[in-house]
Amino acid sequence: MIRHLTLTLFAAAILYFVTSALSPYDDFLVGEIALYLIALAGLSLLTGVNGQISLGQGAFMAVGAYTMALLMTHTKLNFTIELVAAIGAAAVLGLVIGIPATRLKGPYLAGMTLLLALALPPIADKWNGTFGGDQGLTTTVPTAPGTINSEQWLAWIEIAGALLTLVLLANLLRSRFGRSFRAVRDDEIAASLAGVHVARTKVTAFVVSAGCAGLAGAFLGLSTGVVNTGEFPLTLSIQLLAAMVVGGTGSLMGMWWGAILLVYLPQWSTSLSGHFNLGSGVSAYLAIIIFGAVLIVVMMVAPTGIQGGLRRVWGLASRRWSRLSSVGPAPTTTAPTTTAPTTGSSSSRHVDDRDGQ
Amino acid sequence: MMYSMNKGAVVTINNHKTIGRWVRVLAAGVMGVTLGTTVLSTAAGAASTPGVTSSSISIGATVPLTGPAAPGYDEIAPAMNAIFAWANAHGGVNGRKIKYTYLDDGYNPANTATLTRQLVLQDNIFADVGSLGTPTQTAVQSFLNSQKVPQLFIESGCNCWSSSKYPESSGWQPPYTVEGKILGAYIKAHFAGEKVGYLTQGDEFGQDFIKGLNMEIPSTSVVSRQTYDASTLAGPLSNQVAALKAAGVQVVAMATIPAATALAMLPAAAIGYAPQYVISNVGADAPTVGPLLSSFTAKGGGTAAQAAAAGGLLNGVITDSYFAPENDVSNPWVQVEKKILEKYAPSLYAKSGLDGNTQYGVALGYTFIQALQAAGKSPTRAGLLAAIAKSGKSFVTPGYVPLSYTSSVHYGYQGAEVVKLSTTAPPAVTPSGSWIGGTAVGPIETTNVGSGPIVTYKGKVSTPPQKLASTS
Repeated sequence: MIRHLTLTLFAAAILYFVTSALSPYDDFLVGEIALYLIALAGLSLLTGVNGQISLGQGAFMAVGAYTMALLMTHTKLNFTIELVAAIGAAAVLGLVIGIPATRLKGPYLAGMTLLLALALPPIADKWNGTFGGDQGLTTTVPTAPGTINSEQWLAWIEIAGALLTLVLLANLLRSRFGRSFRAVRDDEIAASLAGVHVARTKVTAFVVSAGCAGLAGAFLGLSTGVVNTGEFPLTLSIQLLAAMVVGGTGSLMGMWWGAILLVYLPQWSTSLSGHFNLGSGVSAYLAIIIFGAVLIVVMMVAPTGIQGGLRRVWGLASRRWSRLSSVGPAPTTTAPTTTAPTTGSSSSRHVDDRDGQ
Repeated sequence: MMYSMNKGAVVTINNHKTIGRWVRVLAAGVMGVTLGTTVLSTAAGAASTPGVTSSSISIGATVPLTGPAAPGYDEIAPAMNAIFAWANAHGGVNGRKIKYTYLDDGYNPANTATLTRQLVLQDNIFADVGSLGTPTQTAVQSFLNSQKVPQLFIESGCNCWSSSKYPESSGWQPPYTVEGKILGAYIKAHFAGEKVGYLTQGDEFGQDFIKGLNMEIPSTSVVSRQTYDASTLAGPLSNQVAALKAAGVQVVAMATIPAATALAMLPAAAIGYAPQYVISNVGADAPTVGPLLSSFTAKGGGTAAQAAAAGGLLNGVITDSYFAPENDVSNPWVQVEKKILEKYAPSLYAKSGLDGNTQYGVALGYTFIQALQAAGKSPTRAGLLAAIAKSGKSFVTPGYVPLSYTSSVHYGYQGAEVVKLSTTAPPAVTPSGSWIGGTAVGPIETTNVGSGPIVTYKGKVSTPPQKLASTS
């Protein structure tokens, strides 16, 4: 807990300096990375740690965004309360969806959550008096203090939300809940024999994940300046799922990679197509082509995602280093070999590793 | 499954390892962000007016080049670029060449928000010109206004672009309510006593159009109101059509996108229902709707002959037009538009030819060229807006009626003429085939989005200036 907090403060300090040094446009993009990070972290917990696949993350984001925008339109509540309400509303829907979802697995669960992503936007179109229809509802970012420009201020709000979410999730995963999540994913029967309430655990994971999506959606609404159904297409949910896989399913930190890809890939592909003077017929699809290629390459080179791949490289490097440096008397740093069976050393560490961090 | 047996031990190790891993992964994340941003960061020169140099002027837009809204609409920005290329080939505007950057937002407002910031904060555009869509442009209206960047000639007929709250924003095409009023008045005058039904898209497009219809058509004669959802439009609108038929509707007023027009007419024909269709401009462009009618018929199992004949359903459709349609080949504007597209956008012309969308792009681009000219030798953003407010009404454009810009009115055209598509009119010829053309069945009329009367336009209809007409 203390460690997580210290490190978070450390990350916050670095990001503070980064955002101060960057142009307003890059600050805006860093803020977007932060908001996608939140949605991805929730998804990673649900799918990677608890084993429930969801194509409905975009729909939960929409619920959070509309909740915040409705409160902004009709009340004068404190901004923080509006954000909490956004998380709460999405979490409540997560509860409603999570309960029947405990009975479904694999593609059936994916189908059900897909339905959610398809069914929510027409609701907002149907009652357009409330939800603003095509134009949607406008959102306002609280006024920035002092001379800070609005992009930087928004980025700070989103970064703060992202770091807070990561700390809370990291602690949750390290707690009894986290262990139950993993136990249920690996073997439901074994988990229930060990005294884990399987259904309750799955619903909890759903609620936490939906809450994260709610906050991410509210932030997306803030970034965009308006909340309307066009922001939450089905492709958003699918992109989130793909970005999570690329980053490293089940890892929280791997979601950094997923979020960076989601935000920067379109940027890079635009400058790339500008550089090579590609026609609009090609350049329009370049980002999605690269994303697909990255997904395939990552899955071939590092099946556990970028984060898993990096960790493996790091593991190899540090083992080599410790072997070199363990010429001395006490090889204390090579602790794993003393507790884990020699045959399963790397794989067992790997499996437990990818949970949580 | 080994790890579960000595779980406790492994967890302990994890705790030892935690701090190192946290540092690594956080550092990695932060480094990734820094790397990503430094790659893209470009030191932007602090020019006095963003986007303006002594020899060039940069403008930008976000439009759908991919996704469901792209077919047809993806022709507009390249067509605008054609007229800019013409201007640049003739020395530019006040000696400055126009550099037009249009980015694909896929009709998703979240993308629009990011890309518009890229254009404004990073690419330093002078103005956002000809961006498309109601939901997408609503998303950036407040940002562009707070940055004091002109959001000019938005490609949408929403009533929402003329507002004192957003002085930087302005529309261009007639608001859907204006179209609704003009077509509604035509229905009242020519189909008195007949039962009227509405079939509209369930968003602002449909609602603004209905607002106009309702001002003219007595509510007692409207017997059925049907809607469809654009985001889930996949199959024939059979239920809506059956309801209209069951209610005995003789005149169907429609605010539909081209695909929805086709998906309503085909099931109606299948059940032998042939009402009088009155369709708003966007849903009745024959070179766009005709091929859709044919391809949907073929996909639905129709024979080649049936598919070819399906375009004939458009015969007799009533719509409105605010500039000379493509089949009016004797019109000097149409001739100029064709020449410019042929010469300055040959690949676009080979693919799409002259149709409602490419004409739209050329006309909108030419409107901007004149606005820039009016802004003078050293244009500023405020100067551009002032020039449009002051002399927008006297810009020479292909529109039938003059633009109506003032300091408080930020709509473009507020007038149109009623047109009937007919097999006796000259056809519209495009690379995809020959499509049914239209002829005017009423005078050119003007009105406003409020309760203002519909007035027959008595002014002159513009002709292309010499420098444009003599383009070779």
